[in-house]
Amino acid sequence: MITRFLLQGMDRNLRLFVLLVLAVGVTLPLLNQIVPPGSPFHVPAWLLQLIGKYLSFALLALAVDLVWGFCGILSLGHGAFFALGGYCMGMYLMRQIGSRGVYGNPLLPDFMVFLNYKELPWFWYGFDNFGFAMLMAILVPSLLAFALGWFAFRSRVTGVYLSIITQAMTFALMLAFFRNDMGLGGNNGMTDFKEILGFSVQADSTRAVLCFASAFMLALGLVVSAAIVGSRFGKALTAVRDAESRMRFLGYRVEGYKLFVFVFSAAMAGIAGALYVPQVGIINPSEFSPANSIEAVLWVAVGGRGTLIGPVIGAFIVNFGKTWLTGALPEFWLFALGALFIVVTLLLPKGVVGLWAQIKNRSLAKKARAPV
Amino acid sequence: MLSLRPFAILLSALATMLASGLIAATAFAADLPTLVGSLTTGSFGDRETAITAMAASGEQRAAPILEALAAGQLYVRKSDNLVLIGKPDGNQLSLTEAISGKAAGSGTEADLDRVRVNNRLRGIIEAAIGSLTLMSPDPRVRRGAAEALFKRRDASSLAALDVALAAEKDPRIKQSMNEARAASVLASDAPAAQKIEAIALVRARADRDSLGVLQAVASSATDPEVKAAAAAGADAVRQTLAAWEVAQNIWYGISLGSVLLLAAIGLAITFGTMGVINMAHGEMVMLGAYTTFVVQEIIRTSAPHLFDVSLLIALPLAFVVAGGIGILIERGIIRFLYGRPLDTLLATWGLSLVLQQAVRSIFGSSNREVGAPSWMSGAFQVGQINVTYGRLWIVVFSMIVFVTLILVLRKTPLGLYMRAVTQNRPMASAMGIRTPRVDALTFGLGSGIAGLAGVALSQIDNVSPNLGQGYIIDSFMVVVFGGVGNLFGTLIGALTLGVVNKFLEPYAGAVLGKILVLVFIILFIQRRPRGLFALKGRSVE
Repeated sequence: MITRFLLQGMDRNLRLFVLLVLAVGVTLPLLNQIVPPGSPFHVPAWLLQLIGKYLSFALLALAVDLVWGFCGILSLGHGAFFALGGYCMGMYLMRQIGSRGVYGNPLLPDFMVFLNYKELPWFWYGFDNFGFAMLMAILVPSLLAFALGWFAFRSRVTGVYLSIITQAMTFALMLAFFRNDMGLGGNNGMTDFKEILGFSVQADSTRAVLCFASAFMLALGLVVSAAIVGSRFGKALTAVRDAESRMRFLGYRVEGYKLFVFVFSAAMAGIAGALYVPQVGIINPSEFSPANSIEAVLWVAVGGRGTLIGPVIGAFIVNFGKTWLTGALPEFWLFALGALFIVVTLLLPKGVVGLWAQIKNRSLAKKARAPV
Repeated sequence: MLSLRPFAILLSALATMLASGLIAATAFAADLPTLVGSLTTGSFGDRETAITAMAASGEQRAAPILEALAAGQLYVRKSDNLVLIGKPDGNQLSLTEAISGKAAGSGTEADLDRVRVNNRLRGIIEAAIGSLTLMSPDPRVRRGAAEALFKRRDASSLAALDVALAAEKDPRIKQSMNEARAASVLASDAPAAQKIEAIALVRARADRDSLGVLQAVASSATDPEVKAAAAAGADAVRQTLAAWEVAQNIWYGISLGSVLLLAAIGLAITFGTMGVINMAHGEMVMLGAYTTFVVQEIIRTSAPHLFDVSLLIALPLAFVVAGGIGILIERGIIRFLYGRPLDTLLATWGLSLVLQQAVRSIFGSSNREVGAPSWMSGAFQVGQINVTYGRLWIVVFSMIVFVTLILVLRKTPLGLYMRAVTQNRPMASAMGIRTPRVDALTFGLGSGIAGLAGVALSQIDNVSPNLGQGYIIDSFMVVVFGGVGNLFGTLIGALTLGVVNKFLEPYAGAVLGKILVLVFIILFIQRRPRGLFALKGRSVE
């Protein structure tokens, strides 16, 4: 029954797309592990890491799209949920270092020894357990989203006001995490990780598994999102986006719908963050910067808001462009990014996916107009 | 021959006069070498008299000699018995002649005899130096000496203070000396009545140092009456200080608030009138600051005498530059996005990235130096508050901008149109107001004011491409807190946030204070989603 619920929301395109994501997630790691280096089919580890990073970004983009594209809540603070998930993973990885740190303290991470901590702060307890850490990577962002959403949606803070509030939230968190006495690494954040679940984070095989895990979680996210969006609940959600007051008058409890999707999306962003950290090997407070959150919104806008495939494509396009441009023409990257914001909002309100549909429609229209 | 006699008499008389004048002059100067001589040769008793005599002479050249003596740096050269001051310079001593102050090369301790002092002499020397500086012809040195004596509160300086007080003419320095004397009395074994009188004097001074004096007396005095008076005095001073601290926080808060007001007021216009979220607003501020930089650079290279008015030249230019770019933005981007506020937000964010990178490419990413004209540097003291002229001018400037803006909105046709469009766009349009033109001008006005803010902020912040980013979130908070579309709300919002921020800082630290303010606003918006002073009526939706 659950399978039917999960599959009913997917159309043919989406089903193919999910298969494609899974195929990428299986093939690339296999090509890295099985094909010997030197063969033209060998996938180098750095590419694996890059794709894994993009996949976790795509999951974040999907989370943003779920609230923005389907419910009309433009969150400029999803980077905060992403970073919180990342910090939970970072705390687990810090605890795994054990006595191999520079100071060799078996209990305290290096930065705590450096800051003269005598014992582990209470909120670090339990993070040596992988399951607990992953639970927290979902729960902490969800709880924050719940608290913020509960207050905001009940008092009917909407539109740009909500956007500004979410931006202020991530800004405040950034300032907080920059403080050394927060007990979370201060402005250096956490890095120099050694191993995850007993496997070295540097090893190619670990990278391959992480890349696969990211692809798997993205596919799962797509399937669940499709199920939500395709259900009756999802229809109501879209209606809230298009005519909130009317839905209210029709007797729907709009707050509940918004709150659910906001919390779900935050949890998804948290998972994305937890996948991101072991692949890049560092988490620091700059992940909270408002610019990051707004960039995630751009991925969605570029790909096409209100579609499930769009954010994934957008995340890949923009991040590929970023990787390429910051390497080739670093001066030019911010120009390109800024111009992309403007061009997409002015000319491509439906994103790349919408553009494709537009071209298809036009050719159909041409065919229709063609003399028989 | 005879006829020359009167001349001869005259000449000899002249010679006598000259000689006697010379003698008088040298008598004073000759005094110092003799005294210095007895300082280096006599017994400890002789030295004591010599030191006291040097202090009494009021001879300013004596002060460095005594200081050297106290520090054990006064030497007699074995070869010629010359008195020298030797400052350590590597392994050697760099020498100066004690009396004339001329450089005398360098030498080692082996060639020199150190002039010895004991603890008793050291005390006397210190008092002597104190009284020497108290008698200095320079009023600032005298004042400094009195302040130093107040802090040292040593009974041994009483005598010197009494002498100096008798000679002092300047009432303010006299006041300082009296306070120093009171502090010294409190350290001496004077009768209780005198001490209580002194406590009153110290209490009236009411600053941190006097609190220290009174607390020391309150804990160490043996006489219960003195003890009680000192404790009461300390409490009174503490209260005064607390009141000053509140006043200081309010001043700092107003100063911060006026900066916020400058940054936010342009935003209040565009956001309030057009409902447009302009994320590039901070970059308009940044452009204003860079305009100031360019103006100053040109003045520095071609007309340095104009430097003091550079900011006045920069103001209209910054307004025109930022306002012009604002109009371009409105015509080029924003007008296509009316009715889509979230898209406007994204597009203007992209624009802000482009502007930042453009400025970075042209001027480099490092901070640029913008100088302060002479009338903006320096500070003065109001009670216990230190007020810098720069901050004062920014407060004044922000008020001028605010009042001007109110006048523009109330008294000019443009203001009338703007208010009409804010209140009811379709109706204004129906009445024949060209709303697109009003939109463009409003956006230009808002951006221009941001440019003005940039001129002011260039004085207190680093002029870098990131200048604007630091203000954008704060400005939004101010506008949203004060209520959209209401300039007085913006004023109150800015000042409130500034003052609250400064009051939180001492307890929570700067960063945590800022976080608390942000959390407070987030909660506040939940309660009053339309801000402190919300517009009423249909225009709200």
